[in-house]
Amino acid sequence: MVKKKIKLRDVILSILAAGVFCALLAYYQYDTGTSHSYAISILERSAIYAVVAVSMNLLNGFTGLFSLGQAGFMAIGAYTTGILTIPVNMRQSVYYMNGIAPWLENLHLPMIPALLLGGLFAAAAAALVGIPVLRLKSDYLAIATLGFAEIIRALLAAPMMNTITNGSFGLNNIPGFQNIFQPMAIAAVCIVLMILLINSSYGRAFKAIREDDIAAEAMGINLFRHKELAFVISSFFTGVGGGMLAIFMRSIDTKTFQVTLTYNILLIVVLGGIGSVTGSIIGSLLINGSQEWLRFLDEPTTVPVLSSLFKPGFRMVIYSILLMVVVLFWRRGIMGTNEFTWDGLFGLFRRKKKTKKAGGEA
Amino acid sequence: MKRRVLSTMMVLSLAAACLTGCSDKKTETEAPAATEAAATEAVTEAAATEAEATEAAETEAAETEAVETEAETEAKETEAVTEAAETEAAETEAAEVNATVPAGVVKIGLFEPLTGQNGGGGVQEAQGAWYANEVRPTVTIDGDVYTVELVEVDNKSDKTEAVTAAQKLVADGVAAVIGSYGSGVSIAAGPIFADANIPAVGCSCTNPQVTSGCEYYFRVCFLDPFQGSVMAKYAIEQGYQSVAVIEELGDDYSTGIANYFIKAFTELGGTIVGDKAQDFQTNQSDFKAILTQVKDADAIFAPSSITTASLIIKQARELGIEAPIMGPDTWFNVAVIENAGDSAEGTVASTFFAEDDTTIEGLDEFVTGYKAWMNEDSSRIDKNGGNDDVVGNSALCYDTYMVICDALEAAGTTDGEALKEAIAATDYNGATGHIVFDEIGDAARDSVTVVVAKDGKFQFLEKVMAD
Amino acid sequence: MSASTLAQHFLTGISLGGAYALIAIGYTMVYGILRLINFAHGDLFMMSGYFMIFAMASFPWFIALPVTLIGTVILGVVIEKAAYAPLRSAPRMSIMISAIGVSYLLQNLATYLFTALPKTYPEISFLKKIYKFGDLSASLVTLITPVLTIVLVFLLMQLIGHTKLGMAMRAVSKDTEASRLMGIKVNTTISMTFVIGSLLAGVGSVLYFTDRMTVYPYSGSLPGLKCFVAAVLGGIGSIPGAVIGGFLIGIVETLMVAFGYSTFSDAFTFLLLIIILLVRPTGLFGEAATDKV
Repeated sequence: MVKKKIKLRDVILSILAAGVFCALLAYYQYDTGTSHSYAISILERSAIYAVVAVSMNLLNGFTGLFSLGQAGFMAIGAYTTGILTIPVNMRQSVYYMNGIAPWLENLHLPMIPALLLGGLFAAAAAALVGIPVLRLKSDYLAIATLGFAEIIRALLAAPMMNTITNGSFGLNNIPGFQNIFQPMAIAAVCIVLMILLINSSYGRAFKAIREDDIAAEAMGINLFRHKELAFVISSFFTGVGGGMLAIFMRSIDTKTFQVTLTYNILLIVVLGGIGSVTGSIIGSLLINGSQEWLRFLDEPTTVPVLSSLFKPGFRMVIYSILLMVVVLFWRRGIMGTNEFTWDGLFGLFRRKKKTKKAGGEA
Repeated sequence: MKRRVLSTMMVLSLAAACLTGCSDKKTETEAPAATEAAATEAVTEAAATEAEATEAAETEAAETEAVETEAETEAKETEAVTEAAETEAAETEAAEVNATVPAGVVKIGLFEPLTGQNGGGGVQEAQGAWYANEVRPTVTIDGDVYTVELVEVDNKSDKTEAVTAAQKLVADGVAAVIGSYGSGVSIAAGPIFADANIPAVGCSCTNPQVTSGCEYYFRVCFLDPFQGSVMAKYAIEQGYQSVAVIEELGDDYSTGIANYFIKAFTELGGTIVGDKAQDFQTNQSDFKAILTQVKDADAIFAPSSITTASLIIKQARELGIEAPIMGPDTWFNVAVIENAGDSAEGTVASTFFAEDDTTIEGLDEFVTGYKAWMNEDSSRIDKNGGNDDVVGNSALCYDTYMVICDALEAAGTTDGEALKEAIAATDYNGATGHIVFDEIGDAARDSVTVVVAKDGKFQFLEKVMAD
Repeated sequence: MSASTLAQHFLTGISLGGAYALIAIGYTMVYGILRLINFAHGDLFMMSGYFMIFAMASFPWFIALPVTLIGTVILGVVIEKAAYAPLRSAPRMSIMISAIGVSYLLQNLATYLFTALPKTYPEISFLKKIYKFGDLSASLVTLITPVLTIVLVFLLMQLIGHTKLGMAMRAVSKDTEASRLMGIKVNTTISMTFVIGSLLAGVGSVLYFTDRMTVYPYSGSLPGLKCFVAAVLGGIGSIPGAVIGGFLIGIVETLMVAFGYSTFSDAFTFLLLIIILLVRPTGLFGEAATDKV
């Protein structure tokens, strides 16, 4: 990759944009006149999904490993974070059915260490799973990781784990985020770390594996070591994302972490563009946002033709149709493999004048 | 590289900006619509008490000509000819009342799964509220007549979805919340309602955790521990020595009741086949292996969803298992009998309510009224599962609506704190019996109604009292 | 456990396996020809259940049955034409997302149109006749499911091995470009694959739902996933593999419950899959070592 000079204009614009965004968050947080909780919760959820989507992209888009195990690793992160952050005095009421394991009873961690630990557990599980599974190729890898996710889920819900994970009863009373900045900051840190990784020599090795693993091996890249590394790191961030989801939801059970969750993340990744970090972030906002914005379709209307159509469930029908339309017309996702750049944005406006000079290439 | 990081943030902020634009627009359009609905309603009701809003609304009503009783259609029609003055009035009013409830309309959130795994039951439950809303479209708060507007939101039977769905209700400025079918989503939404000081009353969420961890959550039904142990008592009374228990893995409702049943049943001297519950997976539709396993049980207790009920019954009979089958409150649904056909004969279910329960006064009125309401519109019958039998959840939801309306009138305000106190002080005789709340917020129920499937219908069998 | 209980379990397992096998063939054929995991296949199976309900409402069973099968086939082909055909040249991931999109659409559409309440599957009375052999008891459908599966698979193998269409299918799945150059109508061949896959899913649906009696919008999702696993286990792309995978999963799942591990019956299925993949990375009967990326 050729290093490019960073333009002063871009720096200024970026700082400005970040400032505007922070100001907006601050407005949401401190403006008490009307309730912004709805918008806040959509933004928070988008940020969390963005973390998981970028980490999935790291694996699928940048390393070319097709894994469908995200839900399982999220579950590990979520349960670790949940178990450790539930206030000690609430624990008896949470584990009302079977009681809590004695060694766990007074084990309590603040949010950030708990999230890290959740990520680490997910990474450890990934390291173990990765040793055998990463030998598999393409769809076989996908189905094997999907299988592991389901096994993890069954283990978490198993009655034998009742005193640790509370089995089928799930966890609740998990303390939520204090303000909107917390999840945003954590998400930003996670994503920046992953971007740094992608642009490091490791990242270039990952891309080499994606393009041609035999050639990459011939160039001296240790295939297994790099694949395992990508898998473990991706799972770490997936775990952190899962932990954030637990904090966001405040109550979790194993049903949240079914295959559909993985499909949703995959949807975000592909919609945004496989191999584009900014694409994943935009995809996350779109997927989370559109489901909510379409809510009016569930409500009765008086527009003559539509009144018989608008009833509960219509929203999801339209949502799935929109989804397919996007896939059919933007085959490579919204961003393709490109990243967002200011040049690209301006190029978008200028495109009408200059026919072929498409911007956006990093 | 740095540029990418920064540009990432830019994208985020752009999208967020879109988001604000969208949500702002929404609140703007909603406010006048709501006031007008109230205003026109006031005209039709000939309630001259509404001083500020009525004047404006009368001209409005003249313009639109049609003065109908349907509040919803009216609201939308008048919205089309909204005048600037109106909007201003609405805005200032909204500001005055401090919260987002404009004078004239009280919003009650209907937090139910309308789609997803529990979509069927959720819709049936919601119907109870729609009917109640028609029976009692207004409440009198502090001398003024207010229209009650139901704001329904779909939580898709999914916890992640439930969080944002609950936030939407908060953003819509509801005074109180009804629901939800399924305890998991209610537990997830609890803290959100509590943070926003909005009291919520659950209809059929039977898990203890719904109310125990949440000051603002109430419920009108009995609890899983109660249901499980009373069913165990019933089983003992019937003389069953060994009972097989079938539960859905990962489902708090199913495993909860199963656990309490097993506890109580073994304490009472019975034995559980295999010494533990048999687990099945969500969406599993093959129970023959499990049923073969428990072939010799005296009875089968299978707390599970409506969907699995008929599967279990059918497959058991096909394997030649004659043992009686017992189910929890979800099974009290005609869909179960319809799907299972003749095999369902003799199936027993616990429930909150039976339409032919002779022990409740004034039940006839509700039952005939609700049936007539459903028969008015074929889509209502469809949503009820293709017939006009009254489902327990609809009755509970009806009662819940009434409890909230009573509390609104008693509190004389829509303020969350006061409303919460008023709900806690409820003393109400409804379709499902007498409702008073204990200190945790649970309705103090002393009995479980047991119904039996007979001649293609669930019929009242007996009331099993708790000890 | 007594011998008769064990026999009963086996009967259940084989019958379940037969239905799984029929659906798994759909996955495996589509994968063989398009390299696409057709996530919507399980939901096609569910829709077929609804078709049967509506067909039986107005026709006797011997007319309703073909109507249902034709409906399923049409739906299958429409899905292929609308959601997969335009994406032939797109990245593989896009087609997969399109498949997930179709799956969502079918589930949501079913919820929207038919409500989420379970609907009764109509009874074809002679299929539900219960036979007793000593302690064993089973309905006719349980008994004929495995037999019918084997017969259909045998016919399918003949079709693929000995007809022009079968050869075209094999050619397309080996090399799309080359077969196009050889004058094979690739699009028609792919559509025919979907026709056969949907037809078998339709038959599978009749057998499966006649035995289980209720259809709801999500009733395709778990069997769909299981059959997908069965297809991979047998070696995706291989028809005998899918059949054996289907039977294997049906039996293993039933036996897990029989031995009291109902909690882990699904987890064990996946574990079995992973173990088999580790020993044979392309499944039991998969073509070895051809790179499919």
